Amino acid sequence: MAETNTIRARPVKGPPIIQSEVFAMIIFVFADVMFFAGFISAYALVGARAPVGWWPPPGDPALPVAAAGGATVALLLSGAAVFYAGWAARSSLANAVRPLGVALALAVGFLGYQVFEFVRLLGVGFTLQSSAHGGFFYTMVGAHGLHAMSAVAVLAWAMRLVAAGTLSPGAFGAVRLYWYFVVLLWPAIYLTVYL
Amino acid sequence: MAETHGHEAHGHDAHAHHEEGWFTKYFFSTDHKMIAKQYLFTGMLLGAVGAYFAYVFRMQMAFPNKPVPGYGLVTGADYNSLVTNHGAIMIFWVAMPVLIAAFGNFLIPLMVGCDDMVFPRINRLSYQIFLLSAIVLAASFFVQGGGFGGAWTAYPPLSAKAEYSLTPLGPTLWLAAVALEFVAFLLGGINFVTTAMNSRAPGMKAFDIPMAVWMIVIASILFMCSVGPLVAGAVMLMFDQQVGTGFFDPDRGGDPVLWQHLFWFFGHPEVYVVLLPALGFVAEIITVFSRKRLFAYKTVLYTTIGTGVLSFFVWAHHQFIAGIDPRMANVFSVTTVLISIPIAEMMFVYIATMFGGSISFSVPMLWALAFIVEFLLGGVTGIFLGASGADIYFHDTYFVVAHFHYTFFPIAIIGTYAGLTYWFPKMFGRHMNEAVNKVHFWVTITSFNGIFLPLFILGSAGDHRRIFDYSNFPELSQPWMQDMRVFATVCLLIMLAAQPLFLVNFFYSMFKGKKAEANPWNANTLEWQCPSPPPHGNFSPLPEVYRGPYEYSAEGRDQDFWPQNSPT
Repeated sequence: MAETNTIRARPVKGPPIIQSEVFAMIIFVFADVMFFAGFISAYALVGARAPVGWWPPPGDPALPVAAAGGATVALLLSGAAVFYAGWAARSSLANAVRPLGVALALAVGFLGYQVFEFVRLLGVGFTLQSSAHGGFFYTMVGAHGLHAMSAVAVLAWAMRLVAAGTLSPGAFGAVRLYWYFVVLLWPAIYLTVYL
Repeated sequence: MAETHGHEAHGHDAHAHHEEGWFTKYFFSTDHKMIAKQYLFTGMLLGAVGAYFAYVFRMQMAFPNKPVPGYGLVTGADYNSLVTNHGAIMIFWVAMPVLIAAFGNFLIPLMVGCDDMVFPRINRLSYQIFLLSAIVLAASFFVQGGGFGGAWTAYPPLSAKAEYSLTPLGPTLWLAAVALEFVAFLLGGINFVTTAMNSRAPGMKAFDIPMAVWMIVIASILFMCSVGPLVAGAVMLMFDQQVGTGFFDPDRGGDPVLWQHLFWFFGHPEVYVVLLPALGFVAEIITVFSRKRLFAYKTVLYTTIGTGVLSFFVWAHHQFIAGIDPRMANVFSVTTVLISIPIAEMMFVYIATMFGGSISFSVPMLWALAFIVEFLLGGVTGIFLGASGADIYFHDTYFVVAHFHYTFFPIAIIGTYAGLTYWFPKMFGRHMNEAVNKVHFWVTITSFNGIFLPLFILGSAGDHRRIFDYSNFPELSQPWMQDMRVFATVCLLIMLAAQPLFLVNFFYSMFKGKKAEANPWNANTLEWQCPSPPPHGNFSPLPEVYRGPYEYSAEGRDQDFWPQNSPT
């Protein structure tokens, strides 16, 4: 592929107000927010239409509110770590490596907890097919989990480039923005699905 | 186009190691103009498929249960699948790729005066995913039980259960194709908005951006605001089909009307997503061929934004008879009728732009004027459907079919022809034959009205849509009704017969037409200030902008146009 032949639109007349990578990520995140808003409003609509006392259905097991709350705290802390990394990178990019590592470890812990929780709930017969409630639980939490996995992959890639000192500020900004999206999305899902 | 690429790529593999091998140049290009052409030709090919489907089911409607030449006997399942995929193809694989992706890719970097999109490789990926979506759609016609036949709106339970749709894989492949197509346009749209935001030529302020660019950018934003909930719905529907969840199954606590909300929350803004680019083309063409400034530039822009916002609050007018609360129906009636205000305003602005201008009836201008007339008819008939009381009668009749064809045909077909005839010299560096295009224009417009005007009358008489064979419904197969169906079908045949006029002219002129100069229409916008066709990199040197795009017939100048990049 003739990559040498690839020309990029040049930013003209000084730096743009928002770097292109960050701007593109803002648009993507907005579309993704609407994706989850679709799930959340669908969940609310189905819940509102159910007869009183039938949502969540009485046969479904109680969801582990406290344990998932702990995982929520871990994920929020990882968001704080990435925020700190962005702040630390202002003086030197190398300062960002350690907080990024902390964020990665916390997020992997969050994902590990979720796998554990899925296995346990599936074990007691709460599945995608058991009710619309079960379907919503696994689809929404699972969709967020897939986003978290992709965020972990992207952050690991970014950490490698940060360590090498070659990550551009625009790309770093876009990666952090995606991470904040994944972190801040979770409380909304937690409040909808668990409480 | 897909298959042509594949075949020829094999023959030319040997050249792939050259800097500009055939395969690299035409298939793996990151040049926005090449990607625009990929989208354009793919869209045209799929347009031919969609037109063929319309031909087959219109023949079945006019001459029920007789073998259709070029297809054979149409079964009920065939009929449903043809109607469904005609709608889906024309919207998702013709209107979207041609109006937004092809013209957006071609025009945005040229009109804002830069050398390419901000993310050229994401742009290339966008087309490749789009091509994949078209292949998945084509595959869905050939699975056991045939293609999906549950209408382009895919309402469950018909779309959710194989017992009802009678094709276990058809709906899933169809949904997967639609979802892939959305991913392609998401990537494309990110590029459009970012490029228009960050890569404008020095001096180009917000109100110096040509209306076509504004319209494509606003349409992209509308698309990205509306598509998320539908993708969420598509995931749920796919799970219902293949995993056995119960999102839309009332027996297990789900709700079938939920899909309708998710679908139409996207589906109605989608109308404006494809409408806006066409409106933008019309603005460019009308100013150039009236030699006048666009009347009330800022009003058009704010009106467009207002239309976009309002379009998110009208979706339930598609569901008046789906059992929604009548009080909610009232609210949605009001919002729906409100949206006719900004659209009417835009029509008046275009008429005011022409008023007192020196109008030349070139082919692009004819298409632009036809757009205004025909879209007006489509808009006005929408008021009957937006009023919830009238809609209870009109819902799912041919009145609705005629109404949305009077909106979508101007958008997808007239808008495309307007844009293609206007920008052809820039795209390919040659002129098309005017006389042939004029014949093509008049035959197409006349036969279009011949197809759909009778459907208004049929629909008012209660003719229900989605019926495969009217002979089982004596009150709907009276002789006069059948005569109207035959008339509409004959008009369709005339229209289809006229299209080769354009296509032959198009492909002949691409190679053999009269050479076009850089600015054949004496237009102001930046794309006309670079060579025709623009080279790789577009401009040398990159332009600077000194004024707005519509300075025609300015006083005290020898020329009646004033290019945006001309310092004096």
